[in-house]
Amino acid sequence: MTSQPLLEVRDLTIEFSTRRGVVKAVQRVDLSLAKGETLGIVGESGSGKSVTSYAVMRILDRAGRIANGAIIYSGIDVGAATESEMQDLRGREMSMIFQNPRAALNPIRKIGRQIEDVLIRHVQATRADAREKAIGALRQVRIANPEERYSAYPFELSGGMCQRVVIALALACQPRLLIADEPTTGLDVTTQKAVMDLIVELTRERGMSTLLITHDLGLAATYCDRVIVMEKGNVVESATAEEIFRAPQHPYTRKLMRATPRPGARLCDLLPEEPAPVDRAAAVNVTSDTSPLLRVENLVKEYPRKSTAPFFARFMKRGKFKHPPPFRAVTGISFDVMRGETLGLVGESGCGKSTTSMMLMRLIDSTAGKIVFDGTDLATIPARDFALNPLRRRIQMVFQDPTDSLNPRYTAARAIADPLLRVGTIERSKVRTRCEELALLVGLPLDLLDRLPHQLSGGQKARVGIARALALEPDLVVLDEPTAALDVSVQAIVLNLLQDLKERLGISYLFVSHDLHVVRLLCDRVIVMRSGVIVEQGPTAKVLEAPEAEYTRELIAAIPHPPFAA
Amino acid sequence: MLTMIARRMMLAIPSIVGVIVVTFLLTRVLPGDTAAYFAGPAASAQAVEEVRVKLGLDQSIPVQFASYVGDLLRGDLGASLTTGRPVVTELAARLPASTELTLAALLLSLVIAVPLGIIAAVRNDSWVDHFTRIFTTAGVSLPVFFTGLLFVYVFYFLLGWAPAPLGRLDVFYSSPPEWTGFFLIDSLVAREWETFRAALAQLALPTITLAVFSLAPIARITRASMLNVLASDFVRTARAAGLSGGTVVMRYAFRNALLPVITTLGMVFSFLLGANVLVEKVFAWPGVGSYAVEALLASDYAPVQGFVLVMAILYVLVNLAIDLLYGVVDPRMKVEG
Repeated sequence: MTSQPLLEVRDLTIEFSTRRGVVKAVQRVDLSLAKGETLGIVGESGSGKSVTSYAVMRILDRAGRIANGAIIYSGIDVGAATESEMQDLRGREMSMIFQNPRAALNPIRKIGRQIEDVLIRHVQATRADAREKAIGALRQVRIANPEERYSAYPFELSGGMCQRVVIALALACQPRLLIADEPTTGLDVTTQKAVMDLIVELTRERGMSTLLITHDLGLAATYCDRVIVMEKGNVVESATAEEIFRAPQHPYTRKLMRATPRPGARLCDLLPEEPAPVDRAAAVNVTSDTSPLLRVENLVKEYPRKSTAPFFARFMKRGKFKHPPPFRAVTGISFDVMRGETLGLVGESGCGKSTTSMMLMRLIDSTAGKIVFDGTDLATIPARDFALNPLRRRIQMVFQDPTDSLNPRYTAARAIADPLLRVGTIERSKVRTRCEELALLVGLPLDLLDRLPHQLSGGQKARVGIARALALEPDLVVLDEPTAALDVSVQAIVLNLLQDLKERLGISYLFVSHDLHVVRLLCDRVIVMRSGVIVEQGPTAKVLEAPEAEYTRELIAAIPHPPFAA
Repeated sequence: MLTMIARRMMLAIPSIVGVIVVTFLLTRVLPGDTAAYFAGPAASAQAVEEVRVKLGLDQSIPVQFASYVGDLLRGDLGASLTTGRPVVTELAARLPASTELTLAALLLSLVIAVPLGIIAAVRNDSWVDHFTRIFTTAGVSLPVFFTGLLFVYVFYFLLGWAPAPLGRLDVFYSSPPEWTGFFLIDSLVAREWETFRAALAQLALPTITLAVFSLAPIARITRASMLNVLASDFVRTARAAGLSGGTVVMRYAFRNALLPVITTLGMVFSFLLGANVLVEKVFAWPGVGSYAVEALLASDYAPVQGFVLVMAILYVLVNLAIDLLYGVVDPRMKVEG
């Protein structure tokens, strides 16, 4: 390795001017990246990891500014360069790929044209051969039929495919530095693996340096040479991936490591210190009733396919027109949820797990099959009448995004009280007391009850969502990826809370997730779904340790495994 | 594409039917007895009754409605009782004057407001931004008859730059051979440069008056929509790829920001049609607005019905055009179309 690093950041401090004054997002950060090296920056939200990388590209928001320090890229002082010099550097010398690839592409421009724009900007192509070169760039990221895809718009492609296009765009001009900002967050595990492998292969091939920004310590350890850990704008630890993974030095790194769900860990292992012993005597409802709480039989959901026939053809020969066969989102699945059990429902996007949970909640009507809840077939109750059904109170849901699932104009107390006021039988004067009970139950400090959602942290909002679901003392709670939007340390706390609540209240969970590690921790049994079909079901340990279906094996193999992990 | 147009046209039919019914009913409940008005103040009760029978007003409302619809289908909007001329001919003669004025105002307003909105967004919170806010707010706060009169006073009476506010063309010029009905275009087609200049001079003040009024919504929506788009992920991607500022703002941000602007255009066009009525009065513009107001004051319901109907159809057509524009700008719309 040459002595001169490709990128060197010294003593970097970044400030944001906000309405409440100047906030230091990054403080005195040092890092260096050698040619051909892959460096991971790991941290939770608010750690300043993305801001650091934006500063390197000098694409900070207007409010942000480099207050102190230097960024030297290959001998060029990035802080002192003019904007037009930076424009020449960006894309040709250093480029970036982003989280949420679909939003990262111009929605109304053909993807091929977007790649051409970059090629032409950096004089890597002329108008005459741009198309050919753009197709070549698409081919390099293994997009099938690149000639056809050239004319596609982002909305016509899957998330993984869009990320490939973003990679093609970033690598089109052969830059020497690639910054990958959470490139696989929000993608399915198998897609994540494909995308990461592609990035590694392309950057190794070209001897590029990579800065991988992620919240996932496992991902960083698997793909990086060195890792730096950031907390609240400061670098707390910097070491080789193996050292960090084997022997983390800083308490924050250790806390992160502990909180990351991993094989062999128990739920309480994720918490930073030994939890206060839970009062097991408080556990109630240990029922001897062995009949399933919920029995699903041959559940089917079909969506009519949009007809491709022209409007007038349909209009004129309405009777003779043949409709295309409907799309089956869920094809005849059967499973049971026992009393006091947590059942995991795992699968990648589009496998039908959300459709299934929506049918159970009676938010949509099923096409065929039975949903027997405590002896009553819910499938016979139309979805729009179910809200008034007395059984509605006994099935509740916790949603994926704790922010979007709260009304921004309701205080925490009002949000928790919502189900009580709508379908509850409780007296109005007692609502507040009940809210406080619930807040205590989920560990939400009482003084937060009068805050609005934007004044609460992610974990606190998750607690509000859980308290709201528990308000009517349900028997079954559908948890739809309740921790997907949370940082790992918060996720650890919320998962433990859920487990604790289940034991104390004797409720059953249907836990919908794509994260096999989390499922392993929380679930008694697990169902693996693909394309609307159950491919495997059984006790969690058995399914995850000795999977029978090829697809389950694929899913497990796709989870990032650091090469030196035990 | 044709399918989509046909489909949108069919969707417009119910609203046009609704407009026909409502305008018919509205004109019947207007205060004032039409028959008494036309028989004259000195007419005897018998004479009034004769006029009533002649006009068909003695029949029941459904019967009147049926004959109204029957006439409509034959393209007959009835005749004005004050001028005695068929409403269709009058509207056809006056509509180009109104549309020329409205379109010219809309065009002028777009040319000023959209760049202002873009600059205000790109230089957010700079003096351009504040100037735009103040300028456009002032424009929309002043009623059009006031700005119109002010302009006439300053530019015609004091400075003498503008010609007398008396219609579309100075009396010394003859109208260009009719082709589109828009004097600017017709005079260009006929290569009558003098006429073109004169028509433009007449058009200038009323156009500016209307444009000042419509600057605000267009500039504000352009700014808001640009700010939104400039903060989006794909603009960041474009910047991270080193695309130049101009390319990012125009090719990436502006095209995406256009959609709300187009929607606003439709609304601005319709309220300009309304604001026209006053401007036409101030500048003695021979458009449909002044025609309708005169008819309304005279309880002459046929022109009013015709006017409202034409406006409704115009509105539907504008919205159709906007939907089609959407499809051109945003490829996602075609899938649903």
